[in-house]
Amino acid sequence: MLLRRRTGWPAWGWRSPFEELERMRREMDWLSSGLSRGLFVEPSAGVYPLMNVTEDGDNYSVRAELPGLKADELDISVTGDTLSISGERKLAAEDEKAQYHRREREAGTFSRIVRLPGQIDTGKVEARCADGVLTVILPKAESAKPKQIAIKAS
Amino acid sequence: MADSGSKALQAKEKAEVSTPAEQTRPGLVFTPAVDIFETDKEITLLADMPGVKAGDLDIDLHDNVLTLNAEVQAPEGDGELDVIREYRTGKYYRQFTLSQVIDQAKIMAELKDGVLRLRLPKVEAAQPRKIAVNTA
Repeated sequence: MLLRRRTGWPAWGWRSPFEELERMRREMDWLSSGLSRGLFVEPSAGVYPLMNVTEDGDNYSVRAELPGLKADELDISVTGDTLSISGERKLAAEDEKAQYHRREREAGTFSRIVRLPGQIDTGKVEARCADGVLTVILPKAESAKPKQIAIKAS
Repeated sequence: MADSGSKALQAKEKAEVSTPAEQTRPGLVFTPAVDIFETDKEITLLADMPGVKAGDLDIDLHDNVLTLNAEVQAPEGDGELDVIREYRTGKYYRQFTLSQVIDQAKIMAELKDGVLRLRLPKVEAAQPRKIAVNTA
């Protein structure tokens, strides 16, 4: 009884002698990766581009940082509750004789789908791309907006 | 030399930097990704700074140290609540020491779609010149 509460093992059935070691190894890996990444670890899909989704009473807003991309290089589409963004980031071709000291920027294709917490009105979606930041405003469908319910005192 | 391959882009988290001097206003500071290359005539620096407008960018060059400093406004309005937050916004800051002598009067900076292109022409004397040898 005490054993079960303290360690969470099932009191019966011990599938393999290495199961406990396996669990400890996984937890150590997770801890050490957390230490090296810094104290504030954001949950991330790890897919480019990183996006922030916010909501207020009437809309969802999705923002992504896409430096160097213009509005016509992006492909955005929506369905009932998902938003999909895809495109290709190209780097300008520079002089052939140029010698690079640093190359930290990358080019390539990207494609990402985000599922929103509620249904949206697909006819009224607006998207803006300014200064390398893409902002998509998705108005909530009428059924998804919060409605106040009056309480009757009887 | 530029990649135009169709490989998929990997997501990279923004690199946070702790500046040597404390800022007057608290906030996050990030290091922008840069490409630096040089030709015979000039050094070009390309920096990814999404969300920065031309008026918020400060470029300083003195004593052969180039400093990029950019403010970024938080794009979210007041009433908005976070559903998913994968990246944070904050200032951009990066410093470079230039080994070449730059003609400061001819520096050109262009900020378009969140990418800064900074062209630093080298002083005439620093450009390699071929000297033709005349045979008498």
